[in-house]
Amino acid sequence: MSEAAFPAVSTARRPVTGLWLLIVALAISLLAYAMAGLGLNGRTPRDIVVYGAVFCSAFVAGWLVVRWTAPRADPVLYPTATALAGLGIAMLYRIMVARGQSSIAREQAMWLLVGLAAFCLTLWFVRDDRQLNAYTYTLGLVGVVLLLLPVVPGIGREINGARLWAEIGPFSFQPAELGKIFIVVFLAAYLTDKQELLAAGSGRFGLPRVKDLGPLLLAWGGSLAVLFLERDMGASLLFFGVFVVMLWIASGRASFLWIGVVLFALGAWFGFLVFDHVQTRIDTWMHALDPSKVFDEGYGQLAQGWFAMATGGIVGTGLGQGSPTLIPYVGSDFIFAAFGEELGMIGAVALLLLYLILIARGLRIAMERSDTFGKLLATGLTTILALQTFAIVAGVTRLIPLTGVPLPLVSYGGSSRITTFIMLALLIRVSSGPLTRVGRPLVRVRSHSSKAKAPAHG
Amino acid sequence: MDRRIRRLGLGLVGLFALLFAQLAYVQVIHADHIKGQPANARRQIIAEYKVERGPILSADGVVLARSVRNPERRAELRFQRVYTDGELYAGLTGYYSRIFGRAGLEEAANPFLSGDAADLAVSTFTDLILGRERKGGAIDTTIVTDVQEAAAEALGNLEGAVVAVDPATGDVLAAYANPTYDPNTISSGTDTDIVEAWDAISTDPDQPLISLAKDELFLPGSTGKLITASAALENGIDPDADRWPNPRALELPQTTTMLQNFGGSHCNGGSATVSMAEAFQQSCNVTFAEIGLELGARQMSEQAQAYGFCPTDPPGQVECEESTIPFLLPWANGRFPVPSYFTERQPQLAFSAIGLDNVLTNPLHMALIAAAIANDGEMMQPRLISAVRDPTGKVVRELDPEQYGQPVSDATAKQMRAMMLSVTQGGGTASSAFAGFPIPVAGKTGTATNGPDRFPNAWFTAFAPAGPGDTARIAVAVIVLDGGSLGDEATGGQVAAPIARAVIDAYLR
Repeated sequence: MSEAAFPAVSTARRPVTGLWLLIVALAISLLAYAMAGLGLNGRTPRDIVVYGAVFCSAFVAGWLVVRWTAPRADPVLYPTATALAGLGIAMLYRIMVARGQSSIAREQAMWLLVGLAAFCLTLWFVRDDRQLNAYTYTLGLVGVVLLLLPVVPGIGREINGARLWAEIGPFSFQPAELGKIFIVVFLAAYLTDKQELLAAGSGRFGLPRVKDLGPLLLAWGGSLAVLFLERDMGASLLFFGVFVVMLWIASGRASFLWIGVVLFALGAWFGFLVFDHVQTRIDTWMHALDPSKVFDEGYGQLAQGWFAMATGGIVGTGLGQGSPTLIPYVGSDFIFAAFGEELGMIGAVALLLLYLILIARGLRIAMERSDTFGKLLATGLTTILALQTFAIVAGVTRLIPLTGVPLPLVSYGGSSRITTFIMLALLIRVSSGPLTRVGRPLVRVRSHSSKAKAPAHG
Repeated sequence: MDRRIRRLGLGLVGLFALLFAQLAYVQVIHADHIKGQPANARRQIIAEYKVERGPILSADGVVLARSVRNPERRAELRFQRVYTDGELYAGLTGYYSRIFGRAGLEEAANPFLSGDAADLAVSTFTDLILGRERKGGAIDTTIVTDVQEAAAEALGNLEGAVVAVDPATGDVLAAYANPTYDPNTISSGTDTDIVEAWDAISTDPDQPLISLAKDELFLPGSTGKLITASAALENGIDPDADRWPNPRALELPQTTTMLQNFGGSHCNGGSATVSMAEAFQQSCNVTFAEIGLELGARQMSEQAQAYGFCPTDPPGQVECEESTIPFLLPWANGRFPVPSYFTERQPQLAFSAIGLDNVLTNPLHMALIAAAIANDGEMMQPRLISAVRDPTGKVVRELDPEQYGQPVSDATAKQMRAMMLSVTQGGGTASSAFAGFPIPVAGKTGTATNGPDRFPNAWFTAFAPAGPGDTARIAVAVIVLDGGSLGDEATGGQVAAPIARAVIDAYLR
């Protein structure tokens, strides 16, 4: 990794920096909200004062909770997430008002507050991430149950061809969203236990022994099961991806990575042969602009997404001044295309850079931790965030076939918002855990480098 | 482990780099191709309707077309196009339909009206910076509402067309055709309304979308004698001194067909010989057939080409790629056969000399010919837009009058003027229409056969004031189809000339 991606001079542990960043993030959020209203109706939204007051006080409160429960936490993660959430609400507001469904935007703002509450509760209850290490298998079991909940008759519900939803009483949610946190925590704990076993000993040709491959094959089978039972390509891909990455990080054996790639290719090929919905996804991806299909379901969505982004060009039409509502499901899967249209390539790249900041900080947190569990947990959570962002953005831009995962913090959806906030809470918790040198965070991990010792903090 | 985490970071940055590259491809490199797809039409239209399109104004400042805000606050299409007196100006403004595209000035001046033109870049950029809603530019046309209204009123419900131009500048003062249509119905309203209105207009057997003033071609009949007379004068024939044999009907070479005067009458009271000037005033077919045959195919063809006629070789229909005489709007300019066409067809040369056979023209072209004669032989290109202004009213571009050519000499133009003046005076074919009219008018009538089962088309083309020292200010051409109100009895002098008089009257008084 280059020096630039993980800057040598740390801004960490300086509360004032974090506060300034938060103020900037709140300003961006409210500005976007105001501009969306201006672009749409020629005036700022009537409720901007109320919305601004609630939004700002909630996020300042969240920041205080971070300061209080995790005083040494990374100062950049939280403001970055705030900016993403604020931009997401502004865009959802813009889309839903244009559709005459502004109540949905309010509902999503409510879910944002619920997510923030979950964030605070997580920080409050998980005072030390190593607590989690104690319940390895319980957490793993909960994760698997959550993952498979939608399959259970009477609880599971199928929406848009995928069986992602569980319904208990009046509540319906996507348990797999929450499940992925449990799985990552389980993997971090499990791999910490087995690290030495996995790293040691190799079979012929430098390949891992067959019995070492067991967990990998199990995860592969699980991912295929998810694909088969729930028809959820996104979750399937995400689980397998994060598993392979964590296995490689923990074991240090690159062969796991390559075997993972081969297994993925096999699984994808198998899925393509066996499952109609995988074939459909591939076909819509390849022929989205085919004139004879361009208005059909699936094709039309990808085509409209491309039209929107191409229309946006470099600088975009301006918030509220494009026509993103022409894209089916623009609030959930295709919200990134709406940013591409109205904020242009500059805005779309800026949005992706915000995610890259989250990713860079997440991996940096992993490197600053002294213990394997913390490292693996931070790496896993960051990888989930990164792969999910990549999968949906690459799908919307037609770099890869579309897998319907939410754009973290931005897309429509309550389950996703809550999950992402809990993941961020865990990352922040990990960042305030035991560091490479207690009380003196080592910013530069490589010891051979001469210049960069982080400044000490009083 | 940290080294692997760094590598993971590098890998993830690599994935995001792929996203950036793809964004550059979709939003910049390949963007024009993607957004130009037909399936994206809706988005383009919505974007177009976000701009307050500039107004189309008459020369006297009347708004002919403008954009008004959609009364529905959150309507997808923010503006609607409104045409004041749509039917009166439809042939010029055209329409601006979100479903059926654009026509007329709406199409020809679209870059100005939409604000896309480079001349308006400063203004639209200022709008962008200040966050103002973007506005298009205004165009000043050369149309004079009084003249246009007089033309429509004089034509009434007769099928036909009137075009008036300023001889010195080529400015189109009026261009009206009946049938017409209301562009409002296909430009604004619900999708269903627009489609219904379009269906009605486009399937109408009268074809109102095709303007009789400029899009269709007709036999000029005796107004075609303007070409023959011009060719004769340019080739040294004296209008008064040179005398022509005056039979009741002309025996044509290579055939048994006889060429007759209008209504089979004997020209000039049956005198033995007749001068071209006398024949012009009375519109004698026999004399002009003789002149045409005397001049020959080359001279006739060349004169027609000098007047902007497109050379054609019937029935091969050699169409000119573009109109010979440049004009902002698409139009069909006149056609005249090439000399080789007449080699084996001498009778056709005789008929072409009196504006029949395969000579074709329309009111716009005839008005330009009259204007050239009025303007001392200098022919101007028709001009429809004089200036483009930005939303603040500042002129960003002026479109100067442009000369088309010099089809006849100054001397020929003066002799033509004298002959044409006699047409509206005692003994002329249009004398009754201009009896008591205070302004001297130079003109030429035409009554063109119109197929076996139909009444003739009545023509009149003129300019005024046309006294020997006057500077002509208006040239007019009128066509009334199928005999107008007089049917079989119709002549250009009776049916079309009064309409021209009303138009001249409206402009000069």
